[in-house]
Amino acid sequence: MAYRPTRLRTRQTYSWIGKPLDRKLHYQTYKEMSVKIEGRLPEIDLQVGQFVLIEGDDDENPYVAKLVELFEDDSEPYSKKRARVQWFIRFCEVPVCKQHLLGRKPDAQEIFWYDYPACNSNINAETIIGHVQVVALAPDEVIPMDLKNEKTFFVKLSWNEKKFKPLPPELFAQLDKLQEGNPRCQKSMEAKTKSTESPSWTTAEHVVKRIESRHSTSKSRQTPSHPVTPRARKRLELSSFPRTHNTRISQQASWASLESPGRMKRKVAFSEITSPSKRSQPDGPQNSSAALKTPEKAGEIQQCWAEDDKKASPDGCMILRTRVPALKMTETSEERTFTPVRGGQKSLVVPSVILKPENIKKREAKEPVQDEATSTPRCRIRRKSSLLTLNRIRQQLRFLGNSKTDQEDEEFLPVAEISDSDSEEEEASTPPLPRRTPSSVSRNLRSSMKSSLQTPSKTPKKTPEPRTPRHATPRIRSRNLAAQEPANVLEEARLRLHVSAVPASLPCREQEFQDIYNFVESKLLDHTGGCMYISGVPGTGKTATVHEVIRCLQQASQANDVPPFQYIEVNGMKLTEPHQVYVQILQKLTGHRATAHHAAELLAKRFRTRGSSQETTVLLVDELDLLWTQKQDVMYNLFDWPTHKEARLVVLTIANTMDLPERIMMNRVSSRLGLTRMSFQPYTHSQLQQILVSRLKHLKAFEDDAIQLVARKVAALSGDARRCLDICRRATEICEFSCQKPDSPGLVTTAHLLEAVEEMFSSSYITAIKNSSVLEQSFLRAILAEFRRSGLEEATFQQVYTQHVALCRMEGLPYPTMSETMAVCSHLGSCRLLLVEPSRNDLLLRVRLNVSQDDVLYALKEE
Amino acid sequence: MSSRKSKSNNLIQAEYLSQAQRILRERFCHQSPHSNLFGVQVQYKHLIELLKRTAIHGESNSVLIIGPRGSGKTMLINHALKELMEVEEVSENVLQVHLNGLLQINDKIALKEITRQLNLENVVGDKVFGSFAENLSFLLEALKKGDRTSSCPVIFILDEFDLFAHHKNQTLLYNLFDISQSAQTPVAIIGLTCRLSLSEDRNVRDVLQKHFNVSKSLRSLHTLLMLALNRVTPSHPFMTAADLMEANQLCSMDSKANIVHGLSVLEICLIIAMKHLNDIYEEEPFNFQMVYNEFQKFVQRKAHSVYNFEKPVVMKAFEHLQQLELIRPMERTSVNAQREYQLMKLLLDNTQIMNALQKYPNCPTDVRQWATSSLSWL
Repeated sequence: MAYRPTRLRTRQTYSWIGKPLDRKLHYQTYKEMSVKIEGRLPEIDLQVGQFVLIEGDDDENPYVAKLVELFEDDSEPYSKKRARVQWFIRFCEVPVCKQHLLGRKPDAQEIFWYDYPACNSNINAETIIGHVQVVALAPDEVIPMDLKNEKTFFVKLSWNEKKFKPLPPELFAQLDKLQEGNPRCQKSMEAKTKSTESPSWTTAEHVVKRIESRHSTSKSRQTPSHPVTPRARKRLELSSFPRTHNTRISQQASWASLESPGRMKRKVAFSEITSPSKRSQPDGPQNSSAALKTPEKAGEIQQCWAEDDKKASPDGCMILRTRVPALKMTETSEERTFTPVRGGQKSLVVPSVILKPENIKKREAKEPVQDEATSTPRCRIRRKSSLLTLNRIRQQLRFLGNSKTDQEDEEFLPVAEISDSDSEEEEASTPPLPRRTPSSVSRNLRSSMKSSLQTPSKTPKKTPEPRTPRHATPRIRSRNLAAQEPANVLEEARLRLHVSAVPASLPCREQEFQDIYNFVESKLLDHTGGCMYISGVPGTGKTATVHEVIRCLQQASQANDVPPFQYIEVNGMKLTEPHQVYVQILQKLTGHRATAHHAAELLAKRFRTRGSSQETTVLLVDELDLLWTQKQDVMYNLFDWPTHKEARLVVLTIANTMDLPERIMMNRVSSRLGLTRMSFQPYTHSQLQQILVSRLKHLKAFEDDAIQLVARKVAALSGDARRCLDICRRATEICEFSCQKPDSPGLVTTAHLLEAVEEMFSSSYITAIKNSSVLEQSFLRAILAEFRRSGLEEATFQQVYTQHVALCRMEGLPYPTMSETMAVCSHLGSCRLLLVEPSRNDLLLRVRLNVSQDDVLYALKEE
Repeated sequence: MSSRKSKSNNLIQAEYLSQAQRILRERFCHQSPHSNLFGVQVQYKHLIELLKRTAIHGESNSVLIIGPRGSGKTMLINHALKELMEVEEVSENVLQVHLNGLLQINDKIALKEITRQLNLENVVGDKVFGSFAENLSFLLEALKKGDRTSSCPVIFILDEFDLFAHHKNQTLLYNLFDISQSAQTPVAIIGLTCRLSLSEDRNVRDVLQKHFNVSKSLRSLHTLLMLALNRVTPSHPFMTAADLMEANQLCSMDSKANIVHGLSVLEICLIIAMKHLNDIYEEEPFNFQMVYNEFQKFVQRKAHSVYNFEKPVVMKAFEHLQQLELIRPMERTSVNAQREYQLMKLLLDNTQIMNALQKYPNCPTDVRQWATSSLSWL
């Protein structure tokens, strides 16, 4: 985060270029605008029709838009420079609940034409960050995996908040045309670049001249068809180089839109060739096909070869190759500076100009020639956007994108010859798997990843690392054989009675449903936020009711009855630690991953400042009591966010205890929770009966009396619907088991249910005592006798043993040895029939019964 | 001739015997899944039905098998799994996860183990398996993805189930049972425990529907039979009742009485003195000086039977008894405490002492008499 202060210091000035096209009162339209950053050169040019990045609330993913109009509006109080844009939307900006509508994984760098007229398209021109490149693709085209150029986006579909649609053909054509641009702008651009060459660039210029003279032969081959002289062109590239990576990109973006189609093609051809040529191994067929296309291209290729020859010359080659990684690193570090400033600050920086001057000078002073030599081809590699050649080079590009670092590593090698098989092997080892979307990686991480990948490459032998997608969605493998469908009535009943079966309706919770529904709906309609606390013992349908409410509201929002909203659910028991709740919320909200601390900051920022997405968020927090911390900061935040007007957050919390807010929360927390409480009462027997009947609708598997019996039994104990369902399920099993004819099992009768109830509620202790061995039983008797003798509920092992021996003598049994008795004692202890001290206390260990004496007596008497 | 024949016969017999012994030992020591089940057929049938329903119909289930140690819980589940895997439509369709509360001592380790056993780490590949939270959400996501009809059922076997209930918040158990109760990947959770009630489970809802009770330990029987088996020789080819009795005696041997057999006469005298002190003072602790006085009284009366040892020698014997843990200090021994006055307790019962004395070799009669009554010397 060290880049922020640097950015804050720089100031930009936005100024119009040219005269206003159209002048009205308080309203002047312009065609171009330039952004000048204090102390930095050159200015950034923004023109109508270009694609730009616009500062948003997410630093890592600024908004993408197309400039439609630039104007000055005097009626606005503060920002007079305004722009009208056509928005593009990133996949991560699409509401999470609707992301599935895409029906596939979004490609990296994919954006969508935002076809939603309600969205405000009038923005402050000073929030524009810089250029970006946007490429329109047909919906079925594969997006080239080009991670090098982060600032190229691809449009395939449009999004209108309802569904994804392919781009209309006229729009597609328009976008296509835009990419190619018009020559007028190009001229002005070049003119400007020339004029910006200040004295400080002397070394560079000097170098340029030197190189130019060296390259004069190759230069002369350049086609005269181009409106610009080769000299100027070359210089332009050079002078552009020591600026950052981003300048190049943005420039490239503008070039891409400015340059004539012919020029574009050449560039692409170049990109195709330079990369294999670095490996000193031309890609035969591809190469020639490219070369054969136009004579122009051939010229370029030759030039490329000439450059390559030069590289291979003894004076430059070695140093030049070692220079590359260093270059690369500076690039990545500068990349980081690109993230726009957080909202509010006016210091909107065009990131390209941030590189420190001393940095540039140092680099130039060192090895300017190499800079040129290495940078040129790379620049050109990036300039691939022509749709015509995209398909053909896709494979190559993906390879470059994926094994970019590897490729650079190879530049390290002193050996010029690297066999093609090597590259093939690499290609095989890097399957074209979907890469992690850049949005989810922090830039810091990525740059560190890059550099860490670079280090091992210094060893001449590379081991192909298995690479896996970062965002692997884990899943249990699917079954080989289809699951069998229930064959008879009992199986069907069992399926319906399973707790996991989702009932079509929730009987007996109509009132609660209505209350929660009204609460959430009113918040949605009012565009406000709020909290609700729902309590109730387990198995009373709290979570199910809330889910049902959300489902109904989602249906309503699809029918446009309520505004659309985003639904997020977290469960305290599914978190390892209370603070993880931030991580989960953030991930479900935006798809980003962050540490708990960072996530808390991001969420706080999102909910406390007016976000761009005006959708309400409905957050369900299940098992709230698990989010308790010493400071109660997690609960505090959860209840504090909805109180902010901008947040539009509705928080529904669920816990078991009714008095949780009073019991564990501090006043300031429970006060924020508010008074909207609801408590779910345990089901009564008639309600339980109704639930069972509704589940078993049209299925004659139970006797009516049986259902009533189980309902009454469970209601008397806990009113837990889960327990009720489980007992019924067990009864079907008993019924099936007891019935001899498997094809026509009878109805589940009261007897079956009684058996199941017995099983469920019977004390396991008594069964255990009944089934224990003679010695164990007599030891228990001895304990009882000792307790009765002493009148205490505790005795030492020695006392019990004496009693035991006495009892055995009375019955005329051989009494056991001390060791045997000790074994029995610890055995009963491990069953928790007894509570015993650790056995190292030996004779002095104290023994207590874990069951009531009456139970033991009862169990022993049965014999 | 005949003697030679019998000799060779003997040899063959010995070979057969040793083979039989080997087979029997193997059966006693290793729980082979081929052996038959006795006494738990009903439970077995129930369990196998339940597992089949999970495997074939994709129904989630949970079972808790409760029984004391050595009652065949593990054997039961092993049998059931073996039979389940032999069913054709199941064998390819089921994933198993075995966890043991003694090995997976916290949820973090357990989660990693589950991931490993489900072969999910292949999906993540070289991704460094970071935080516990990441693991949990990863696994939950994986299990959530499935549904009843299409995902492969997973059978979780949690040995020493009660130990999982001690994990913080019972996160793992909650989530496993939550999965079993919601329409996610079908799971069967089988807990094995010797604890009769998981009364500590307050958070995890009592979803364990079935309790099994299996009786009495087979392991002790196996040990007994092993000991008897070892006595089988060519000259003594069949196990007799006497063998079993002897083995039983070996098994039920009182280990402390055995130690007493190896003590010197002086030490025996000290123990008897302590016994008398216990009788007089009703289990109150004693110290060395009291024991020494009691011993002195006896020696003065019966000077001819026991040599009058010096006090340091008696002290040494006393310390030896402490080392053998036949007596135990009441508090921790501190360096500067006077050893003669440290309070002790005897860890032997009267019956034990008397029994040991009966078998003690060459015990002087006077000592024996003194043991039966503290007043016998009068």
